[in-house]
Amino acid sequence: MATIVAEPTGIPVVEEHHEMSFIRKYIFSSDHKVIGIQFLFLSLFFLLVGGLLAMLMRWQLAWPGRPMPFGGLFPETMAPDGIMLPEFYISLVTMHGTFMVFFAIMLLLVGVYANYLIPLQIGAPDMAFPRLNMLSFWTAVPAGLIALASFAVEGGAAGAGWTSYAPLSGMPEYSGVSMGQQMWIVSLVLLGLSSILGSTNYITTVINMRAPGMLWTRMPLTVWALFITAILGLLAMPVLSGGLIMLLFDQTIGTHFFLPETGGQPLLWQHLFWFFGHPEVYILILPAMGFVSEILSAGSRKPVFGYKAMVGAIVAIAFLGFIVWGHHMFQSGMNPVLGTSFMVSTMVIAVPSAIKTFNWMGTMWRGNLHFHTPMLFAIGFVMLFVIGGLSGIFMASAPFDIFIHDTYFIVAHIHYVLFGGALFAIFAAIYYWFPKMFGRMMNDRWGKIHFALTFIFFNLAFFPMHTQGLAGMMRRLYDTSGYTHTADLQGTHLLITISAFALFATGVIFAINFFGSMFRGEKAPPNPWNATSLEWQTPSPPKHGNWEQAPVVYHGPHEYSHPDVTDKDWLAQNERPDVVSPAGH
Amino acid sequence: MLQKTRLLATVAAAGLVWACGGGGDAGGDGDAGDAGGETAAPVVDPATAGAISGLIAFEGEAPAAERIDMAEEPECDDAYPGDGALTQHALVSSDGMLGNVFVYVKEGLGAGFPTPSQPAVLDQENCRYHPHIVGLQVDQPLLIRNSDPILHNINTQPSINRGFNISQPQAGMETTRDFGMAEVMIPVKCDVHGWMSAFVGVVDHPYFAVSRGDGAFSLPNLPPGDYVVEAWHELFGTQTANVTVGEGATAEVSFTFNAGMARNAVVPLGDPLIIKHAEDGSLTAVREPADD
Amino acid sequence: MNWSLPENIATYGGKIDALFWVITIVTGIAFVLVEVGIIWFCVKYRRREGHRAYYTHGSKSLEVLWTAVPALALVALGVYSASVWAYIKGRDAAPSESLHIAVSAKQFEWNVTYAGADEVLGTSDDFSTRNQLHFPVNRPILVWLEAEDVLHSFFIPQLRVKQDAVPGMTIPVWFEATKTGDYQIGCAELCGLGHYRMRARVTIHEPAAYEAWVGEQIAARAASGEPTVVAASADLGNDVGDGTGQHAGHDHSAGGM
Repeated sequence: MATIVAEPTGIPVVEEHHEMSFIRKYIFSSDHKVIGIQFLFLSLFFLLVGGLLAMLMRWQLAWPGRPMPFGGLFPETMAPDGIMLPEFYISLVTMHGTFMVFFAIMLLLVGVYANYLIPLQIGAPDMAFPRLNMLSFWTAVPAGLIALASFAVEGGAAGAGWTSYAPLSGMPEYSGVSMGQQMWIVSLVLLGLSSILGSTNYITTVINMRAPGMLWTRMPLTVWALFITAILGLLAMPVLSGGLIMLLFDQTIGTHFFLPETGGQPLLWQHLFWFFGHPEVYILILPAMGFVSEILSAGSRKPVFGYKAMVGAIVAIAFLGFIVWGHHMFQSGMNPVLGTSFMVSTMVIAVPSAIKTFNWMGTMWRGNLHFHTPMLFAIGFVMLFVIGGLSGIFMASAPFDIFIHDTYFIVAHIHYVLFGGALFAIFAAIYYWFPKMFGRMMNDRWGKIHFALTFIFFNLAFFPMHTQGLAGMMRRLYDTSGYTHTADLQGTHLLITISAFALFATGVIFAINFFGSMFRGEKAPPNPWNATSLEWQTPSPPKHGNWEQAPVVYHGPHEYSHPDVTDKDWLAQNERPDVVSPAGH
Repeated sequence: MLQKTRLLATVAAAGLVWACGGGGDAGGDGDAGDAGGETAAPVVDPATAGAISGLIAFEGEAPAAERIDMAEEPECDDAYPGDGALTQHALVSSDGMLGNVFVYVKEGLGAGFPTPSQPAVLDQENCRYHPHIVGLQVDQPLLIRNSDPILHNINTQPSINRGFNISQPQAGMETTRDFGMAEVMIPVKCDVHGWMSAFVGVVDHPYFAVSRGDGAFSLPNLPPGDYVVEAWHELFGTQTANVTVGEGATAEVSFTFNAGMARNAVVPLGDPLIIKHAEDGSLTAVREPADD
Repeated sequence: MNWSLPENIATYGGKIDALFWVITIVTGIAFVLVEVGIIWFCVKYRRREGHRAYYTHGSKSLEVLWTAVPALALVALGVYSASVWAYIKGRDAAPSESLHIAVSAKQFEWNVTYAGADEVLGTSDDFSTRNQLHFPVNRPILVWLEAEDVLHSFFIPQLRVKQDAVPGMTIPVWFEATKTGDYQIGCAELCGLGHYRMRARVTIHEPAAYEAWVGEQIAARAASGEPTVVAASADLGNDVGDGTGQHAGHDHSAGGM
């Protein structure tokens, strides 16, 4: 029963490593761990930028037209005398979304952890294409810088929303933005290239470079999630890139793909964007689900409940994710019959998410729960993702979507999914894998304080947006006080803004803990969480090449509290070939 | 591509201006903006300077005024009691003279006139532009002011200059912009209030004027010479005249516009929307000329 | 804070609001189940010394149960929604006795064209208003929605109606009000810097008052001799400058600006 199918991979485990210069080692490194850490700093920087932009927006919404503190720092094209202009507000809306979706969350989930974890968790010495990997990072850097620099050009940064609906995005005479919009396009084309390069690499690595014994059924759920995410990225990103280039041509050389006067069709952009955009939503949540599954399992000291169903759910979500894009377009003017079919597929895609939620609860059920910081964030993820998932059902119902489409209800929903969901999982992952990355522990007490405050202020900031949406408050309004049905919601705006400021401030606690621990944290043992997957069975941080001894895998990824292992409550994937575990069949 | 070329041109022009130093500004000295063009002093000898003056006449019946529907903008509507605000496609006086005509010297002048530092002003008050026609020199600042407590946006639509589309959400806001190339005329509109319209004439010398309500205009302090003078009206198009200015003399030139020159004053909404009833009861909407 | 939808004045609004409550109840049950479950587990299964977690890899029957129940609930919700959707937004959903009105959205105005006395669009007695939508109560209204420049979205919260306006398309959208009064159209799709101010007044009249209003509008336009289609006509100005922008007639010498 327990025979190990140890396919020889032919990959030498300990390579010859020459001493490398600082630049080769830390700047133009091809080591997947260094690249992962580079992505970590890059994406945390953009998380900060995106957060700052959000703070400016919240100021304007709470105190419309009042001069901002430090507003004098802005040029008169953005905020004369510190008073924010509507066109600047719209640029903030656009760039907040762009930075958060593409440069913070996506890079944190995929850029950081696919790079860092995939080789370590499958027992490989590095990625299949290390130089491609380096190129992927060094394409993402200029992409981000171009987006950031667009604030400084004439006309300001892009102002058509992060979805950049045509024709507004395609015609400077309507938006007042020309160069900024073009830079936005170029930035995302570059980022798409980075993502495609990365995805190719992740897929190849997972298929070809698993350690002996690392069967598909023994891969940690994180690897499964990142693998499927890479496939999503590889299929969806080129569609966005194609659409972006068409949009660029519309602006610069007068093609009219999306402009109706000469036969173009504005809805075409929406179809292209959301054909990418909905899989993108899952790119932004599947890896988070993988982290959470793994951290919940380690924190509960129990195997993941329904491992195969969890994998199946990831695959199902990925597949269904490609046939639901039209639910973003129920009110767009596309044929209502199409709306009905998209409504049905959208209802169906909620099922795998429900399965995952119940399986997470099953994982905690009868466990022995250790409430360390990563575990708290993972539990927080489940509690908040559920709200984001359930609020999605309101929108999935096309007739009710008539009312809440383009209102704050949508804003609340996306933040419950991307902040309450993805970002909570990212925090869990950072606290969890920090010791592996930097060889030191993050401070657990400050981590818990960070968690508690984030959880509280997150809910105070975003839950009330549901109520604003139900009152009919539209999105992306510079000043909501002009409508009779939203005029008396100014108090809610105030509550949200103060909570958002507090939420931003909790980031300071995190930043101090993060950077402080990097230099002064307690030294981390190889396996501080007593976890089972391979990355914990090598020193913290792992050396170049990852392994002192090539790992051979005998067990499933989450074997906690195995009854045949009595001296401890965990069974590493590469130890005790004598013990039989279910996934070893 | 055009935009990139424009950008390059703007950058080059800006660089040139900077390289030439602030000489233009130094000569501006306060009241430079006046239509008379006193600021041209460095190249005009006052002993020999002449002038052009004249009248703009109008023949026929002026287009009727229409009421502007400002009901949904009470802050502005209240400023127009009685019949409310009226459009005036053409400003024709009782004795048949035409105002708001932009007159400028189109040909015959050299280059190198200093740029005034005093801004021309475009004010937005009670949901209208004041003045309706603005003239200014290349690189002269245009001060745009919002005197209304509501949002206006200023959407300029030049053909050769770089346009801009900016907003002023509050009363008292001021923004300064300029245009790097001569262009007659640059339309200006507010997209929040579709009726708001102004025109900016940008020329590279100080010899321009807007005819007053009595149709009169003058271009003083001109060096003697042969000139082509153009008169531009937003409805009735342009006319030119050849004028010779003698030493110390004032040349008279008059223009006459008539109603037949009017472009369609009403911005059409396009063909009417016709709803077609199919036999199965379904409806489709098409745009085509109405039957009656 | 507000916990419910705004007043409903649409005939089909009840269907939408009912759907809201059904979804709220279904998701509410799931919400309570999960959140209470997690908190309960956190308390009950918190770490205790010497305690060992229960070793299991799952339960087929449980997993089938919590796959099937949400799947059934969601499909039922989908079928229920589909019927309401077809009733409101179906291609030929508008009742045949509807009053036709054309609405053209542009940055940042709603131009409304009325069919006039003959109630047929495209005839010479059509007239237009800016940022005002008038219609009678208790009669289906069929709006033919267009956009001149960019996307906009026609949203009247109390009428439970929202439809994007797309350049190049003429999209039919219908509704019927059950109550007279003053409301607002809002723009729900980002359309540029004036998006936040792109609103119009909605006046719902008694049928007789609507007739009277139409009569007034036609008469007023006939009196001024102007063509009835004037909505987008530009103000061509009445203010004489001196060509310098140093505008004399209005003194705005507020210092320090």
